[in-house]
Amino acid sequence: MGEEMKVIVFKLGEEEYGIEVDKVQTIERMMPITRVPKTYSFVKGVINLRGVVIPVMDLRGRFGLPETEYTDHTRIIIVAVNEMEVGFIVDSANDVIDLNSDVIDSPPDVVGGIKAKYLHGVARLSEERLLVMLNLSEVLNRSEIIQLESLEG
Amino acid sequence: MDMNQYLSMFIDESNDHLQSLNENMLELEKAPDDIGIVQIIFRSAHTLKGMAATMGFEDLSSLTHQMENVLDLVRNEKLKMQDHIFDTLFQSLDALQMMVQDITQGGDGKADVQSIVASLQAIVRGEVPGGTDSNPPTQATGATAAINTGIQLDEFQHSVLEQSISEGHGVLYIEVAIREDCQLKAARAYLVFDLLERYGEIVKSHPSVQDIEQEKFDRRFSLYYITQKEASELQSMIVNLSEIESAEVMSLDHETLKQLSSEAKVAAAAETAEAPTVPASAPVDGKPAQASKPAAPDSKGTPRAGGGAAPSRTIRVDIERLDVLMNLLSELLIDRSRLEQLADEIKRSDLTETVEHMSRVGSDLQNIVLKLRMVPIDTVFSRFPRMVRDVAKSLDKKIDLIILGAETELDRTVIDEIGDPLVHLLRNAVDHGIESTAQRIAAGKPETGTVQLRAFHSGNHVFIEIEDDGGGIDRDKIVSKAVKNGVVTQSEAAAMTDEQVFMLLFAAGFSTAEVISDISGRGVGLDVVRSKIESLSGDVSVTSTLGKGTKFSVQLPLTLSIISAMLIKVGSEKYAIPLSSIVETGIIQRKQIRNVHGYTMVPYRDGNIPLLSLASLFEVSDFDEAAEEETEIVVIRKGDRLAALTVEDFIGQSEIVIKNLGKYLPPVQGVAGATILGDGQVALIVDPNAFIK
Repeated sequence: MGEEMKVIVFKLGEEEYGIEVDKVQTIERMMPITRVPKTYSFVKGVINLRGVVIPVMDLRGRFGLPETEYTDHTRIIIVAVNEMEVGFIVDSANDVIDLNSDVIDSPPDVVGGIKAKYLHGVARLSEERLLVMLNLSEVLNRSEIIQLESLEG
Repeated sequence: MDMNQYLSMFIDESNDHLQSLNENMLELEKAPDDIGIVQIIFRSAHTLKGMAATMGFEDLSSLTHQMENVLDLVRNEKLKMQDHIFDTLFQSLDALQMMVQDITQGGDGKADVQSIVASLQAIVRGEVPGGTDSNPPTQATGATAAINTGIQLDEFQHSVLEQSISEGHGVLYIEVAIREDCQLKAARAYLVFDLLERYGEIVKSHPSVQDIEQEKFDRRFSLYYITQKEASELQSMIVNLSEIESAEVMSLDHETLKQLSSEAKVAAAAETAEAPTVPASAPVDGKPAQASKPAAPDSKGTPRAGGGAAPSRTIRVDIERLDVLMNLLSELLIDRSRLEQLADEIKRSDLTETVEHMSRVGSDLQNIVLKLRMVPIDTVFSRFPRMVRDVAKSLDKKIDLIILGAETELDRTVIDEIGDPLVHLLRNAVDHGIESTAQRIAAGKPETGTVQLRAFHSGNHVFIEIEDDGGGIDRDKIVSKAVKNGVVTQSEAAAMTDEQVFMLLFAAGFSTAEVISDISGRGVGLDVVRSKIESLSGDVSVTSTLGKGTKFSVQLPLTLSIISAMLIKVGSEKYAIPLSSIVETGIIQRKQIRNVHGYTMVPYRDGNIPLLSLASLFEVSDFDEAAEEETEIVVIRKGDRLAALTVEDFIGQSEIVIKNLGKYLPPVQGVAGATILGDGQVALIVDPNAFIK
């Protein structure tokens, strides 16, 4: 038996993703965002989270998915990795599940168009429910973004 | 007993003592005959020894003990300070520093100090490495070396003591030190006397009982005492009295008694020998022991600088707690702005009054908290004399370091960061600035070079200047090197002012040193200095006259946490521009804008200055001043260059709390950070320096 862990489940489009709960600080409703000029296109700006200024990124934009309008379900998941605090804008976040690390398979080469390196693995919850586990340090990796941006530019 | 709670206090105080030891040693090096300084050093070392012993740091206390032995000989004028003694003592200080550092980092403060201890002991024995000492110290036995020069006894007292020893009574020589921060020294001394009188008889004390009662003594007094009690027992009894720092109890026999009293006589004789130069208005009465005071601490009446200043009325506070206080305060300031806005909208006089009062209290609170964080720059400067001494010595140069304005206060956050850049600039001045002794003589300059380190306030800034009277910077050398390195072209260089040329020194990878010496050439150039200073929102500049010397001037903000700023609006976005870089605000007409060589310029005062659009610099989508007939501008300054920024509207002046943008974002050009406005929104702080090249 592998380790039990708690996972925050959120949605981007139809796809379900998971982040280990200990990496997540809070989940916030959408709030005013102050734009920061000349930064990555998917960085929407900074927010005031109880006196702390935190940058937020649109996770759709980060994964190269088409960005959509924000709705009532839109949430900002504040994560902290390597002393970096960042908010992820996601379509919705409403579930916490217990997961055994046994059910996580290594990532296939391509899942939903997202580069496999952002993925930690895929958890099979049931026959029809797959959960994509995010590799947060890769998602936050800046050096790779710079390459990506320069390709786009 | 749990020592941990005392550990941080021990570390702080040890560092203070080490600092004072270093400073006073440097003083002493300049005036080796000043026994007053030796006294201060001795006391510091003594306290350090006591503290270390209490905390159980054996190596630390034994090394200080050896230093004390040397210092004791010096202060009793049995040993003259010499170069090798200074060097050994400085080495000891370095070793002590390392031990304390080790303890700070959780170590046990153990270190191998055998060789230093051996050389200290050799000094005590009067051995001089390489050469004979013209002034050999009188022999001192281990026991007496650590203890004060007895008290002069008259014949009667002497014979009483002699007799007691013969009769098998215990004769003790006791030296008691009362804690520095003790408020009622006389009362404490009385307690000691009271205790002693219960178990024996005090034959003689110094200072006299009368003087002690009138608090006419420093923190120490010594006495001869006859008792049946054991020395060690008495010692622990005395030390157990509150506010007693230390008690040294030495049991005497015929031999040691004679030695002690004769030493006291010699010292007293030396004192009285000086006395006749002062015309005695009244004949000295028949109390030689009183009239000619023995060379006990402070008998020379030297001003007691440093060592034992008035009991300090300060407390030490963990900087993290101050940071928490600062954060809470910034929350309060944000809420205050919000309340002010609400009161403005609601327009009820009682609410408005309350909010106004709260604003005043808030500002006062802010001032106090900022002041709490202010630290005299002395804490940084104080380590430089020693450093300059060592560097100068290793380069075989003679250098005077003059420090001015060490009391100038700066925010703790700035203080913590500014040390390294200053070290670099000072080393640079000593290494490259000041010429070799031979060169100086050839140039008709005094042999000893001077480096001045100055700090002073000016407006909202602190200036730190490092000026040497060395050879100055050779413009041509820099230009040729810069051209060679491809930093500038020959024609560009020709058009540059001297100051611009000197600024090339700060370009990355630029070093003018012909020979890479031990001091510089560590791969760290002035470019690192500049980027460090700029990261503190400071600025650095150079002026130099060939043959006369060079001056580096560093400008720093007083604090990095709260600044005054002008809030402005561009489209739907709000920005804050630091007031310190704003020259003025104004309105210009569209027709005043000119195109010069493809740059937009506006007339300002006697000339034209570049006009920059904040909206286009920051790619603001919902504002375009092109549609406006009149445009608000903010004239900003970097050094002596000006530029105008167009904005849509002014919101007003405000105190803002600087926050960083979070670790994730890379540095954004033109943005110095963020702040939270009264409505909870984040506004970016514009960094005008980035717009003026």
